[in-house]
Amino acid sequence: MTTLATPTQSIPDDQVPHYNPKSESATAKRVKNTIFHIVALALTAVVLYPALWMVASAFKPNAEIGGANTSLWSNNFSFDNFVTAMDGIGGVSTLQFFTNSLVLAIGAVVGTILSASVSAYAFARIKFPGRSIFFGMMIATLLLPFHVVIIPQYIVFNQLGLVDTYVPLLIGKFLAADAFFVFLMVQFMRNLPAELDEAARIDGAGHVRIFTAIMLPLMKPALISTSIFSFIWSWNDFLGPLLYLNTPEKYPLPLALRLFVDQTQSSDYGAMIAMSVLALLPVLIFFLVFQRYIVEGVSTQGLKG
Amino acid sequence: MTQSPTLSRRPPRSAPSQPRTSRRPTSKRSGADARAGYTFLLPWLLGFIALTVGPMISSLYLSFTNYNLFDAPKWIGLDNYVTMFQDERFLQSVGVTVGYVVFGTPLKLAAALAVAMLLNSARKGQGFYRSAFYAPSLIGASVSIAIVWKAMFGDAGPVDQGLSFFGINLGGWVGNPSMTMAMFILLTVWQFGAPMVIFLAGLKQIPADLYEAASMDGAGPVRKFFNITWPMLSPVVFFNLLMETIHAFQIFSSAYIISNGEGGPAGSTLFYTLYLYLRGFSDFRMGYASAMAWLLVVVVGVITLIFFKTSKSWVHYSGDSK
Repeated sequence: MTTLATPTQSIPDDQVPHYNPKSESATAKRVKNTIFHIVALALTAVVLYPALWMVASAFKPNAEIGGANTSLWSNNFSFDNFVTAMDGIGGVSTLQFFTNSLVLAIGAVVGTILSASVSAYAFARIKFPGRSIFFGMMIATLLLPFHVVIIPQYIVFNQLGLVDTYVPLLIGKFLAADAFFVFLMVQFMRNLPAELDEAARIDGAGHVRIFTAIMLPLMKPALISTSIFSFIWSWNDFLGPLLYLNTPEKYPLPLALRLFVDQTQSSDYGAMIAMSVLALLPVLIFFLVFQRYIVEGVSTQGLKG
Repeated sequence: MTQSPTLSRRPPRSAPSQPRTSRRPTSKRSGADARAGYTFLLPWLLGFIALTVGPMISSLYLSFTNYNLFDAPKWIGLDNYVTMFQDERFLQSVGVTVGYVVFGTPLKLAAALAVAMLLNSARKGQGFYRSAFYAPSLIGASVSIAIVWKAMFGDAGPVDQGLSFFGINLGGWVGNPSMTMAMFILLTVWQFGAPMVIFLAGLKQIPADLYEAASMDGAGPVRKFFNITWPMLSPVVFFNLLMETIHAFQIFSSAYIISNGEGGPAGSTLFYTLYLYLRGFSDFRMGYASAMAWLLVVVVGVITLIFFKTSKSWVHYSGDSK
């Protein structure tokens, strides 16, 4: 852009931005930007308010939680609620519930990674009769309401004497029952160049070698997002444990939380909310650490929260 | 209209010169491939048969029986299906769920699209806002959030009090049958972040020169939206609509927690899956619950089919659509 009002030519054009027509649009842009940030920040406040309210309330005395107290601030912050919450419920400490949740979530991650990656390799990289039919069926299970299988599954596990164990909650993970992760990995593998395994084949490598030495290392991003999501989904799962677990010693956090609510009702709001915070803690930490990765994973793979 | 890059992510496979592995030397290879294929597929195959196909068949059978988990199933033909439509609580659960899907899903998607378009225009801070808005989607289905929601929307709770500050008195949320649905819809709309992130990814794929060309022709923001954004984004809208609808039919945890597992007050939170659970696992009427589950499968299947059939008229796949 040429300048309109530069008395001397000693200053290069691009350093005199103030007098050219562009400057108007620059101010307009700045105003627009400011409005955008005001709107977006207001929205952020609304969206994050429930989470902040939860965290703030966990530190407040009971009297300040209900009723007219919409404020996030309190003059009486204390850890008392957490102390009560850590005591647990029904003679079981909250630490035990944490451990149970952790066992289930880590089991879910290990099982899903193993089974989904192996199955996805078959779908994406090996030609065999019936592959496309099976693939179609796998996609169909993505849309299937899982309620149609829970009753027979329950009956079978009940007859096998496996109710009140972790087997019903974990076996599906080791059998790639979360079609979503298989699908995600298939899509990922299909985008890896075919020349890779062709070269390896010419060198005499079999499928096991190709899978372990070539595919798995390249699939790291898919494996990481699978791990994150299968951990969080397992951590938050409520229906599965509700169906299969009876003894409080085996409860994961969501179930313990429900027990806590049932038994304390509204008498100890503070402890209830503190326990809710504890139950979400790993998810929140995961989110803060991996947020970029999580959000990117959603946008490229269409994962749900 | 707008002929331009595809929204499909897969680039055309380079080098069509080499036929992939196939039909090279002998049938020995394809035999080995078949064996390897089934071996690698084994975990999924086992799970599919034992945890999906098998249970589906037995659930279909059970839906024609009376079964209480203790005595042998007794064949009663279509009785369960007939009884359903005379069962007032069942009909109520259908009404509750349909209301939730019909109002909650479009509102959630509208919010997701609006915010995605807002964020798409900005460069600075986009990453932060994306993450902040996505966070509720990650924790929204948890028991913790259901408890928080119940506390916040409790009668005379913070939300009620906050609104009465503005002179709005709704008479409570949790205990007020005419407000519980609004509370659940707010809960799902609050989780607009997941579809928003997918919308954003779709918006980024729309080439900027389309908008520039439209500006040259004097198109305003409304015309740009309907003539460029909407058609270009329609595959993503379709994906989000389908997934969110199916998802919404299956709401359970928050309904269970907020209503103490009972669907109250006055059955206003008796969602379909909650009633299914109560019938199957509280009343041990497993045949009836199976019939309900199959009806859900059929309904979801029909809706999916309708979506796919009607999508031809409004979903535009540019480029190599088949």
